[in-house]
Amino acid sequence: MAKKKKTPQQKQYEQLEKQFETKRPVVKNCIKAFFVGGIICALGQLFSFLYIYFFHFTEQTSGNPTSATIIFLSMLLTGFGIYDRLGQFAGAGSAVPVSGFGNSIISAAIEHRTEGFVLGVGGNIFKLAGSVILFGVFSAFVVALIKTIVLMARGVM
Amino acid sequence: MLKGKQSWIFENKPVIQSTGVSGGPFEGNGNLAKDFDVLHEDLWMGKTSYEQAHRVLLEEAAQTALQKSGRTAEDIQFLLAGDLINQITPSSFAARDLKIPYFGLFGACSTSMEGLALSSFIVNYNGAKNILTGASSHNAAVEKQFRYPTEYGGQKPPTAQWTVTGAGVALLTENDGTYRNTPYTTAATIGKVMDMGLIDPFNMGGAMAPAAADTIQAHFNDLGVDASHYDLIVTGDLGKIGRDSVMALLKEKGIYTDENKFKDCGLLVYKSDQPVQSGGSGAGCSATVLYGHLLNEMKKGTYKRILVVATGALLSPLTVQQGESIPCIAHAVSIEI
Repeated sequence: MAKKKKTPQQKQYEQLEKQFETKRPVVKNCIKAFFVGGIICALGQLFSFLYIYFFHFTEQTSGNPTSATIIFLSMLLTGFGIYDRLGQFAGAGSAVPVSGFGNSIISAAIEHRTEGFVLGVGGNIFKLAGSVILFGVFSAFVVALIKTIVLMARGVM
Repeated sequence: MLKGKQSWIFENKPVIQSTGVSGGPFEGNGNLAKDFDVLHEDLWMGKTSYEQAHRVLLEEAAQTALQKSGRTAEDIQFLLAGDLINQITPSSFAARDLKIPYFGLFGACSTSMEGLALSSFIVNYNGAKNILTGASSHNAAVEKQFRYPTEYGGQKPPTAQWTVTGAGVALLTENDGTYRNTPYTTAATIGKVMDMGLIDPFNMGGAMAPAAADTIQAHFNDLGVDASHYDLIVTGDLGKIGRDSVMALLKEKGIYTDENKFKDCGLLVYKSDQPVQSGGSGAGCSATVLYGHLLNEMKKGTYKRILVVATGALLSPLTVQQGESIPCIAHAVSIEI
């Protein structure tokens, strides 16, 4: 990704063009993301309570069924063509919670259904989520490694 | 005839005898719905993939143009068409079904005017009696290739543009002097590839504006005219940001353009309350707006002489990911009635 040096002419145009560019409404986007993201997380908390009170889950184990429920809902919304509109409105608010992860998987699966199940759905389902999984797992590994080394150094283990 | 550095004059004034314009649901709710010949309510158009639906758009537009002219596919010598999909398969597959000898074109969103300029040249010099030329794009097929899956909930910045689902096809024929109130082409300017170093694929208008400005300037220089020569100068798909940028660039170059006589197809095609961010885009944008709305307006007498400048961003998802800047091109064709 070598960046080429810009010529003075290019720089001049870039400045001219910048003044016409519509800016992202960052503050408005943050507020929208805060509330939509908050609502999704509150919903998750609700499911979590339900799993603890009505099924035999504890606070530690209720995370998995809660994520699964939220992912299931986001997949339904994606399939019905609602989640992308929510995404345009909420931005990070609907992308950061686990529902955004579900959306990225199911949207790729739907998109590539026309190329068949093996090469289409199978080959492309993690097109967007793949890097999240890779770097998520890798960073978890690094953090766990650091924790282990620190604990060993302090002679706890 | 070559005029100046990069322009052609068409002395024999090839006639745009008829046109066909097809569109999708978003265009049906848009500003120019009444100027479309065929409108689909569903993006799938009865097919099993968006790519097939894309092909249907072009086929229908071509058939409509043929029907309106009273000709059949056998009367047409050549088909010049293109789109944005890899290896321009929708156009080539449509050409297979139309059974017309075919030139596949790629000029990204400038394909419509690339095709019209070349067709005019061929007809002008008796290379053909009748030519079909057109361009098409399908929102979902193009999004799939260039951006994210259609249902992915990513937030688009306000500089992004909405790819038009539609195809516009024109039937160009020799001018035997019998056509009344029918538009004809008089000149074309072929643009050179311009790169101002912009790298944001969600701001194509800004990247393409210098190419449009360069082609407009070249056109005026080659033909020895100025902006007042035209009732309307219309760009392909610059959107809000691109239009403002090109106006400023032209002003910098000392070319005066009247704001009311400088329009953009990407801004004409949709209503202001549709969620298209900066405006429409895509190969079908200039094709549908010109061959539908603008030519209809010319026939009504609104405009006598227009200059259409279709702009294209010659990028691919690969070059964007590799951090390359976006090279752009623009071709201009002048149409009179």
